[in-house]
Amino acid sequence: MLTCKDLRISQGDFVLAADVAFPKAGVTAIIGASGAGKSTLLLAIAGFVAVASGDVAHGDPFTDAAPGKRPVSMLFQDNNLFPHLSIGDNVALGLPKLGDASVVADVLACVGLSGMEGRKPAALSGGQQSRAALARLLLAERQIVLLDEPFAALGPGLKDEMLDLMRTVLVEQMGATVLMITHDPDDARRVADHVAWVADGRVNVPRPTAEIFADPPAGLRAYMGQMG
Amino acid sequence: MAQRAVAINPTKPGAIAVGLVVFLTLGTLAAVAWRADFARGLGPADWAAIQFTVAQALVSATLSCLLAIPVARALARRQFCGRGLLVTLLGAPFLLPVIVAVLGLLAVFGRNGVLNGVLDALGLPAVSIYGFHGVVLAHVFFNLPLVTRLILQGWVSIPSERFRLAASLNAPIGRLLEWPMLRSVLPSAFLVVFLICLTSFAVALTLGGGPRATTVELAIYQALRFDFDLGRAAMLAMIQFGLCLIAAALVWRISVVDGLGAGLDRHVQRWDGSPAVDYLIITICAFFLMLPMVMVVLRGLPGLFDLPADIWRAALRSVIVALISAGLCIALTLSLALRGGWGVGLVGVLPLAASSLVVGTGLFLLIYPFANPAKLALVVTAFVNAVLALPFALRSVAPAVDRITADFGRLGASLDLSMWVWTTRIVLPRLRRPLGFAAGLAAALSMGDLGVIALFAGDAQETLPLAMYRLMGAYRMEAASGAALILLALSFALFWICDRGGRIDADL
Repeated sequence: MLTCKDLRISQGDFVLAADVAFPKAGVTAIIGASGAGKSTLLLAIAGFVAVASGDVAHGDPFTDAAPGKRPVSMLFQDNNLFPHLSIGDNVALGLPKLGDASVVADVLACVGLSGMEGRKPAALSGGQQSRAALARLLLAERQIVLLDEPFAALGPGLKDEMLDLMRTVLVEQMGATVLMITHDPDDARRVADHVAWVADGRVNVPRPTAEIFADPPAGLRAYMGQMG
Repeated sequence: MAQRAVAINPTKPGAIAVGLVVFLTLGTLAAVAWRADFARGLGPADWAAIQFTVAQALVSATLSCLLAIPVARALARRQFCGRGLLVTLLGAPFLLPVIVAVLGLLAVFGRNGVLNGVLDALGLPAVSIYGFHGVVLAHVFFNLPLVTRLILQGWVSIPSERFRLAASLNAPIGRLLEWPMLRSVLPSAFLVVFLICLTSFAVALTLGGGPRATTVELAIYQALRFDFDLGRAAMLAMIQFGLCLIAAALVWRISVVDGLGAGLDRHVQRWDGSPAVDYLIITICAFFLMLPMVMVVLRGLPGLFDLPADIWRAALRSVIVALISAGLCIALTLSLALRGGWGVGLVGVLPLAASSLVVGTGLFLLIYPFANPAKLALVVTAFVNAVLALPFALRSVAPAVDRITADFGRLGASLDLSMWVWTTRIVLPRLRRPLGFAAGLAAALSMGDLGVIALFAGDAQETLPLAMYRLMGAYRMEAASGAALILLALSFALFWICDRGGRIDADL
């Protein structure tokens, strides 16, 4: 289980507090208005934003570890593939030891990209690029996966397909704990087991998806009203 | 937190590069200061050199800027066949060996040049290119294209929608759109040209000289080479550094627009101005810039058969020095760019304040007690040229490194890439274009250098520009023209090979 214990993150005047545990081997959707601190939370867990106090732990605490030394993989909104490297080389960067590339073809097959090892990212569609990034997460085999809206730029149909694939390969095959930022409650309804509402400088305790949407807190209700 | 990925902060190479640059700029300056003969004070000749240096730099920079405005505006307003080539050629004088350009200018404006031929045919008195106006003419020749490119970049960066809006409103484009752009671009362009002219040595050496047309750099050279007056040379070097420091600090303060970059081929449709006037301006400018080069080629071809035998050895020396210098410059540039930070950025512009003659004087003072400086002339030249090209190389490479860090730094860190993998697999392949350009620039600048080498070299260390200068001094103008043609070809070939090498298969 991923826990944030008495975590405080300060960025100028903005302070985000989190004292929560994210259920293991499942998807937790992080929902909140723009500027609520969703990305800040994920960047702090990944080690890209310094925390003022508190601990992040997955069994053992890793608050002070360098980003690459944490049990965490992250997909960003864009720039998830190096454009000058082939898809095979991009995926192979997820290997603990470079050079052991025999498994690359297998993970590419897992995400439906068989035979595309030699292509450059620019030769692939947006959906295929997202699949390649997912394949690298599979290879890295880190137990916590943070998704900062990596599928936001895809069209609705393709996005649903990627969300389903993400759940299949990361949760059902790998058993990873996934934290997924989304602006769209429908994304959460589709793939998330739990939802954590971020508002007023606080990350609220994750609640089961069906339960939170059946009886949303006032802020989330207003937010969903704005979303139409 | 906008922190840089840990993996791409190589500290050791960065520290070595900083140490080398600081030694060659401030270290040599300290050596100069230690030997400077301040007690003697400045003589009338020294004051004259300071006044001449500042005056010619002011006039050259002013004229370059004033003349560049109509040229850049004409190029911005008109679209014609060959415009792209002309804009590319505007970048050529930056790579052109100074001594070659001077020979070209002599072929047009010299005693036996084209202009005096025409004046003689019309029965008018001849003009002389030597002295203040000759130095200014040469500096305008070099810097008019540079300023034109800087201003043109400002012009084409004004969104076309604004021109459309201004045209539809019949609003004054000059006051509304052009003046604000010029106000932001011209001060930095003026200062860059002023700085370049302050440190000009080869132009003053060939077209100046004498008590009334000596720059401080030339005075340093004369004090060392002819009088062997180390104290006076050191004092003049301190003055030169002071002048350059003030100008470089101003350049650093006013962010310089990158005139070597891309985007100049963009054309914004305009509805103002007279096409006839614009094309006339473009033609005059092209003629002014092209004719000396055409003359170098025309006079150089027969000169190829009149070359002394050792010219090829000099050419080989120059190529080797240029390649070593380019390699060193790239190593320094990469070390500093990957290290990043404002302190490193400051070190990167330090060479702008250091003239090659000041650095050369310092090294001469440091080497002289232990060894014959002539024997180390080529090594010293390679190092000094590498450091002097550093600000330009860094301007090309550092923004690309910053972009890679901004785009992929977090991804690289989250993948736990080692420094080696990050540098060799991610950074270097994405830096091929700017690195190729920077290497070409450094090689071409070193190839044409006639600064430190003139101070140090004996006959056995003669490079091609020095051999050419000595041929000119011996009035063997035909042979000098032949050498100029070889120097021109080698300089552009080195630049082209490096720049092209960076572009092949660079899918960025």
